[in-house]
Amino acid sequence: MGSYIPNTRAQREEMLSAVGVSRVEDLFAAVPHEMLLEHLDLPAGLSELEVRRAVEAMAAKNKVYGTVLRGAGAYRHFIPSVVKSVISREELVTAYTPYQAEVSQGILQAIFEYQTMICALTGMEVSNASVYDGSTAAAEAIAMCRDRKKNKALVSACADPQTIAVMRTYCFGSGMELEVVPAKDGRTDLEALKAALTADAACVYLQQPNFFGNIEDAKAAGEAVHAAGAKYIMGCNPIALAVMETPAECGADIAVGEAQPLGLDLAFGGPYLGYMAANKAMFRKLPGRIVGQTHDVDGNVGYVLTLTAREQHIRREKASSNICSNQALCAFAAGVYLSAMGAEGLRQAAKLSMSKAHYLAAELAKIGLPRLHEGPFFHEFATKCDKPGAVLKALDEQGILGGLAVDGGILWCATEVVSKEEIDRAVAIIKEVC
Amino acid sequence: MTFPAELKYSKDHEWVKMLDGATALVGITDFAQSELGDLVFINLPQEGDDVTADEAFCDVESVKAVSDVVSPVTGVVEEANTELEDEPQKLNEDPYGAWIAKIKDISAFGELLSAEEYEAFIEKK
Repeated sequence: MGSYIPNTRAQREEMLSAVGVSRVEDLFAAVPHEMLLEHLDLPAGLSELEVRRAVEAMAAKNKVYGTVLRGAGAYRHFIPSVVKSVISREELVTAYTPYQAEVSQGILQAIFEYQTMICALTGMEVSNASVYDGSTAAAEAIAMCRDRKKNKALVSACADPQTIAVMRTYCFGSGMELEVVPAKDGRTDLEALKAALTADAACVYLQQPNFFGNIEDAKAAGEAVHAAGAKYIMGCNPIALAVMETPAECGADIAVGEAQPLGLDLAFGGPYLGYMAANKAMFRKLPGRIVGQTHDVDGNVGYVLTLTAREQHIRREKASSNICSNQALCAFAAGVYLSAMGAEGLRQAAKLSMSKAHYLAAELAKIGLPRLHEGPFFHEFATKCDKPGAVLKALDEQGILGGLAVDGGILWCATEVVSKEEIDRAVAIIKEVC
Repeated sequence: MTFPAELKYSKDHEWVKMLDGATALVGITDFAQSELGDLVFINLPQEGDDVTADEAFCDVESVKAVSDVVSPVTGVVEEANTELEDEPQKLNEDPYGAWIAKIKDISAFGELLSAEEYEAFIEKK
């Protein structure tokens, strides 16, 4: 990306002359004289060197950990350098949702390919062009299921608390009722779920793997949901999908999730990426942009935004969602990441993450931090810990971001980028404290 | 432009075909479909929906716009023409054959015109 944008006096004069004026001030001739500001209360300009020093000083306030053992919704994964290199191309980095298809075939094709890859990962039939983040995707999904007779959404207590919070906000606005189904031993209580599936239940949202890293019995939950005539929404970690049963295989009507692990930095919380995919019966209810493939008058393959009459800028007050946009650059990055990694690479990232996390869990158990729950987990797990504050502080002092303190202990995570040596080092530090 | 004589028409460009005193088929007129352009989707009402005269009870989509279909009667939807879900173009090809809904328990009517009155109404537009 150009960090130096040349704009010579000769170029400026050429541009001014092309529009028929001689000075930049002439471009503001239509503004009444009394409204022009003579003076802006700004400090004097700084040299490039001074600006660089000031910004670097601000950036230095961030602590970037060498080793990250925390997940809880956002994950540090390896990002091949081709991702940033491709998305930084000037033609693509500023591309937004393209209304003018004929000059945007590149970005439209890239988004279409992203949608195709999301369908491959989830097994669903249609994907949209993405939404703001995983929590938005979850909240939009429950809105899709609302029906005249069914106004209640059920969400598992094992879902990410931030997702539940966003769902509450959406339901407050729409008047939909939100009920949280309790957890049992770190997983969704299926008996409680069945009891909560009353006639007015429109849908159930299940996170897989759940917030505590545990793997839910998604198929059984899906069967219970459908038996009650409700829709089944699964929120899945996309890296985990490389080695797990797809939402489609589990019977999901809608598959959503946080796609940050697909080539996006942790970046202090964002921008992230929400994916949404559905089966044919529900795809007209998907919010946001959808890119379609078609043919032009000469019979060549072309790409356009399609099914636009769903969206708020056309449907106005009758729209079911106010989203008429997408996370273009982030979706594009995810597409490049998936292309670069390929199915095999993604599988490898998933398997390595799993085995590192299982090694960490085993080592922590040896030093008195056993798992809080039983059963299979992906790359996250919660352990007992009597002094989480002390443990996390000791790790922090050594440049390691430990797990997230949760009720009863700490929620740990290990991904493919964490080495065995880093794990051993972290365990040794914790052992001193406990 | 056609205006079948046996039907009644509303100023919002819907037609009504009475099947008996309290049941009718409703749809959109030839004029409506030609103004709307190629229709790509219809959001049908559901069985059991209450409909009210002069209020929207479903909508149709063309490529660039969504338009309300206003009910010409007050009643309950007995059946929606689900064929139109996969073949919305029938609304353009055969507007008087492609009924949208069968309404039962009709308790009130909006202002309804005869074929001649409706044709005259359109001419004035």
